[in-house]
Amino acid sequence: MSITDRVIAIIAEQAVLEPSDVTPESTLEDLGIDSLGLVESIFAIEEEFDISVPFNANEPQASDFDISNVAAIIAGIEKLVSEKV
Amino acid sequence: MKRVVISGAGTINSLGHSVPDTLEAMREGRCGISQLEFRDVERLSIKIGGQVRGFEAEGRFNRQQMSLYDRFTQFTLTAAKEAIDQSGIEFHGDLAARSGVVLGTAGGGVSTWDDNYRSVYEDGKNRVHPFVVPKLMNNAAASHVSMEHNLKGPSFTVSTACASSNHAMALAFQMVRSGAAPAMITGGSESMLCFGGVKAWEGLRVMSKDACRPFSANRNGMVQGEGAGAFVFEEYEHARARGADILCEVVGFAMSSDASDIVMPSKQGAARAMSGALTDARLNADQVGYINAHGTGTAANDKTECAAVAGVFGPHADDLMISSTKSMHGHLIGGTGAVELLACIMALRDGVIAPTIGYEDPDPECALDVVPNEARDAKVDVALSNAFAFGGLNAVLALKRV
Repeated sequence: MSITDRVIAIIAEQAVLEPSDVTPESTLEDLGIDSLGLVESIFAIEEEFDISVPFNANEPQASDFDISNVAAIIAGIEKLVSEKV
Repeated sequence: MKRVVISGAGTINSLGHSVPDTLEAMREGRCGISQLEFRDVERLSIKIGGQVRGFEAEGRFNRQQMSLYDRFTQFTLTAAKEAIDQSGIEFHGDLAARSGVVLGTAGGGVSTWDDNYRSVYEDGKNRVHPFVVPKLMNNAAASHVSMEHNLKGPSFTVSTACASSNHAMALAFQMVRSGAAPAMITGGSESMLCFGGVKAWEGLRVMSKDACRPFSANRNGMVQGEGAGAFVFEEYEHARARGADILCEVVGFAMSSDASDIVMPSKQGAARAMSGALTDARLNADQVGYINAHGTGTAANDKTECAAVAGVFGPHADDLMISSTKSMHGHLIGGTGAVELLACIMALRDGVIAPTIGYEDPDPECALDVVPNEARDAKVDVALSNAFAFGGLNAVLALKRV
């Protein structure tokens, strides 16, 4: 599975949706993922890719990690995965 | 001062997953203690306990709930639902705004601590699930009960080791009696039966390797249990007005501190709690027909408790019945007083006294009627429930037949 598919699978599970219902343009709000759901998703992503996501729930806007929509999250993870190697 | 009644009861413990199942087991003198089953149990020297079997949390709670509910919270929610359903009380409007939840637990989310310590220390992982803190905190169960049942009044958790539930129920009683709350959900829960939980208790060397035999001369220690008990404490007129089935009345309580030793019990502290509960309830000692003992099955507790009962009740100590149901469900630590209150309700409401099972040899230092091995039919008007905790913190409740 590609990084995109794996991230979408994690987000879809969190949102209790089918992966086909999660599009790159979807925002977390669209998907009904609240702040607790977000930190749980980030945990699942860190576990899946063995990376550390720079995200502080106190200031979501301040971190380098863009969570404005699914595409931005995927791009951020692809960057973190590439930096790992 | 308002009168306070119990209008609903719920439980899950090693004897049963409901109040009717638990009371049936107590009537039959069944033992819920057996070989423990969990990871690394072979590394323990104590391998028995009153473990809850056949509890499928996965079917009861959804995935999101499972990620937030430690086992002690799962037990609490199960017991609270039974109590509230049975009571028929519905919390909305002013009733919801003023009613709350006071629960006892000694350890809170012990298995959540245990699993995650294992993960970071033994498995060397550097990341834990984000909900570890909200899952393990001691007030998690009280908070989830408040959310599940729309209880918006005073809610908190009391932690006084083995007296946690009795302290919690005493506080809930005070709130309803004073008029501060029309109804309170109260009781307690414990789930320490995991490797770290039992290993810690082993260290004290007060645990039995074979059975819990309170008051018996050959007793050799306590046996841990797990589970929860929950009750609806309700103002009498409120319960009557809605036609509730009243299980019994709560008429008094007392708390005392030994102020002497962190683990050894004190006869004086225990006696002051019992006599204080009688004074609070305006009862004479000779009105008490049954005492649910703390009765842990340790050498120290049982003889101290019997001496305290003899001191408080004088000649009447030989006429009343005193039993320890820990012989059947084990010691639920912070949840124990809640499950044991069911034996008091059974005595008052059904006229059945739960036995002390495993009783083999009389001990001259425990020469009271401990209802050995078989339940007994008897009419009881007043019952006491004792809890004497490590740290010397005691709480006794007085209940009356309605």
